[in-house]
Amino acid sequence: MTKDNKPFAMTLSRRHLLRTAAATGAGLGALSVGGFTFVPAFAEDQPPLGTWPAGSQGSTVTIGATVPRTGPYAVQGEDELKGMQLAVEHINEGHPLIKKIAPKVTKGVLGKQVNLVVADSGAKPNDAVQEQQTFINDNKIVAMTGATSSAVAVALNKFAEREKILYLVAISGSNDTTGKDCSRYSFRQCFYGETAANAIGPVLLKAYGKGKKAAFMTPDYTYGHTVTKSVNDYLSQNGGWTMVTNQISPLGTQDFSQYLTNIANSGAEFIINVNWGRDAVLSIQQAKQFGLTPKMKMVVPYQIPFLAKEVGPELTEGVYAATDFWWTLEDKYPLAKMFVEAFDKKYGYKPEWGANNAYMQFAIWARMVSEAGTFYPPDVIKSYEKGETFDSTVGQVHFRPEDHQLVRPVVIVRGKAPKDMKDKEDYWEVTEVVPGAPLMQKPDAFGCSLGDYT
Amino acid sequence: MINWPNFVSQCFNGLVLGALLALISSGLTIIYGTLGVLNLAHGAMFMLGGYAGWVAYTHTGSFIVAIVAGALFVMLVGVVMERAVIRHFYTRPHEDQLLVTFGLGIVFVEAVRFFFGSLSKAVPPPPPLLGITPIGFMFYPTYRLALLGIVAVALLALYFVLYRTRLGMIVRAGIEDSVMVDSLGIDVYKVFMLVFGIGAMAAGFAGIVNAPVVSIAPDVGESILVQTFVVVVIGGVGSFPGAVLGGLIAGEIISITSMFNPGYAYVMLFVAMTLVLVVRPYGLLGTAGRE
Repeated sequence: MTKDNKPFAMTLSRRHLLRTAAATGAGLGALSVGGFTFVPAFAEDQPPLGTWPAGSQGSTVTIGATVPRTGPYAVQGEDELKGMQLAVEHINEGHPLIKKIAPKVTKGVLGKQVNLVVADSGAKPNDAVQEQQTFINDNKIVAMTGATSSAVAVALNKFAEREKILYLVAISGSNDTTGKDCSRYSFRQCFYGETAANAIGPVLLKAYGKGKKAAFMTPDYTYGHTVTKSVNDYLSQNGGWTMVTNQISPLGTQDFSQYLTNIANSGAEFIINVNWGRDAVLSIQQAKQFGLTPKMKMVVPYQIPFLAKEVGPELTEGVYAATDFWWTLEDKYPLAKMFVEAFDKKYGYKPEWGANNAYMQFAIWARMVSEAGTFYPPDVIKSYEKGETFDSTVGQVHFRPEDHQLVRPVVIVRGKAPKDMKDKEDYWEVTEVVPGAPLMQKPDAFGCSLGDYT
Repeated sequence: MINWPNFVSQCFNGLVLGALLALISSGLTIIYGTLGVLNLAHGAMFMLGGYAGWVAYTHTGSFIVAIVAGALFVMLVGVVMERAVIRHFYTRPHEDQLLVTFGLGIVFVEAVRFFFGSLSKAVPPPPPLLGITPIGFMFYPTYRLALLGIVAVALLALYFVLYRTRLGMIVRAGIEDSVMVDSLGIDVYKVFMLVFGIGAMAAGFAGIVNAPVVSIAPDVGESILVQTFVVVVIGGVGSFPGAVLGGLIAGEIISITSMFNPGYAYVMLFVAMTLVLVVRPYGLLGTAGRE
């Protein structure tokens, strides 16, 4: 489908949808059994909305995923996809793990099997929005997912609001995603800049002391800027640290020499590296080439799946990072153990946090839809907004109704020395699991104002 | 960080960055100059060189073998590509040439992703070139210093081929007017094939010698391609000295702007390109009217 005929196709399908809905309504309206007249609910207070009800009228419902399978976040996108695929499989077979999170799930959600359609976003917002538009037109998706770049997440937030399709955010670390760019239709499971900063900040102050000089490396988009700000605010206000330089690089930078040259001449004692995906891998490798590390200490405030695997444990040894999930949490949380085992069995390696986050997003969605008893988006949203506590792979969690952010712990890890690794995937040691609620800003502090339900 | 030590460091850094860009760009520019085909798969050639070298390295453990394998493999790919595909596009419109090379680039990248995955692969520099070397005003990675030398030698070799051999004379004549060369009884098609192979080899060679600096991944050529185009436009399409000059200018612009505000490094690069296009549309060392 070309770009040009999309709006036309959309109007057509909307009109068609309206007509179908009206006809069905009229037909059913006439149907009465034993004095009871069955009038479908939407005929009165639930007019068609987004892809509802067309998207959930068949025996399956479809979720549209736009994950980066190319570009600087390809590795993480592919991992995210694996988590989604495992979740769909579990939802459709009524796996015990899904039932722990979403007790009302039997086989599928509300008796419907879940289907996943996937496109490569390349971590580009425009591509992601276009692809989701196609999924809405062609597949009548009931929900969207996928990010791995907050630029994509923010774009899809707005798109979700406009199209009235639920959006399950997937990886997005920007404060804006549930801050100034929040949306009534979107929900974020994972941790983000502010909670990362407030979780790792005290650890850094305790380990390294006050009054240190730090160089920041920041990718030039919403994720980078908000995470850098949160981390710098914490360290400067609570520990008197100074930011001696902030090296801003475009997403997809390969040669970091000019940024590292600046850092070499800045007098920094720490490199706080906010780069993500391949950018993080390359900047960490090159910082070592320039001899900046281990003389300067590397800190990764927003952990990257597969980082240690790609750069090697020699470079992550002693590095502190804040993360969403690490597989050794299986010793602490029974659900984490079930997840790690199921994932390892299917894919042959231990899951990283991207896959866990994607899985949890889907499991939570299944919970909320099955609790609501309908796919009607406003009812599903209200189900999220009840803020009920439920069990997850990191213990008890709940959604904050004001900004649709999951209140969840942040995990602090430190890179193990190669000699301390018990097996080849034992890269990180969990040093702390920090409870989530105290880490979060006030719901309106980052300017979140949710839109309308309809 | 605006001080003299950092300025000197960044100038030096720009030189290293620029040398690599010069080498890749010279491959692109001689292909375009001679064949008139803008090869959008040039970034993929850079990537293929890295992977071919990496495969050779993992099997032999020798960096020298890796360089030779990377360069020769990509030269072979170039020759086959020219014979099988590009040749049929010489008389077709430029849009068709762009589309076919763009498409081939995607095929190469995704084929590599299919076989090797997206996880990046590292080729360590040879042991004597590990570590850092003090160069007075700063510490610099030893391998990057060596890279400057390696690239300089490669550029000199290219210069020798282009300006001191009979083949080079034909190539340069072809850049000026390939129809005339053809009518003088020289088999231009054979020359085209060789030029395409040499141009691709320059990218492949750069791909493997750069692998110890930037670990390789299927997308490694993508951003390089964009910068390479800028270099070619600044230096002048079809001009080998232009590619070298353009590369060095681009490297210095990126590095020196980074000293003031890294967020503007690439903005300044494109500003420079725009200025060149306005003042000298055919590039700094290009010739007006060259196709």
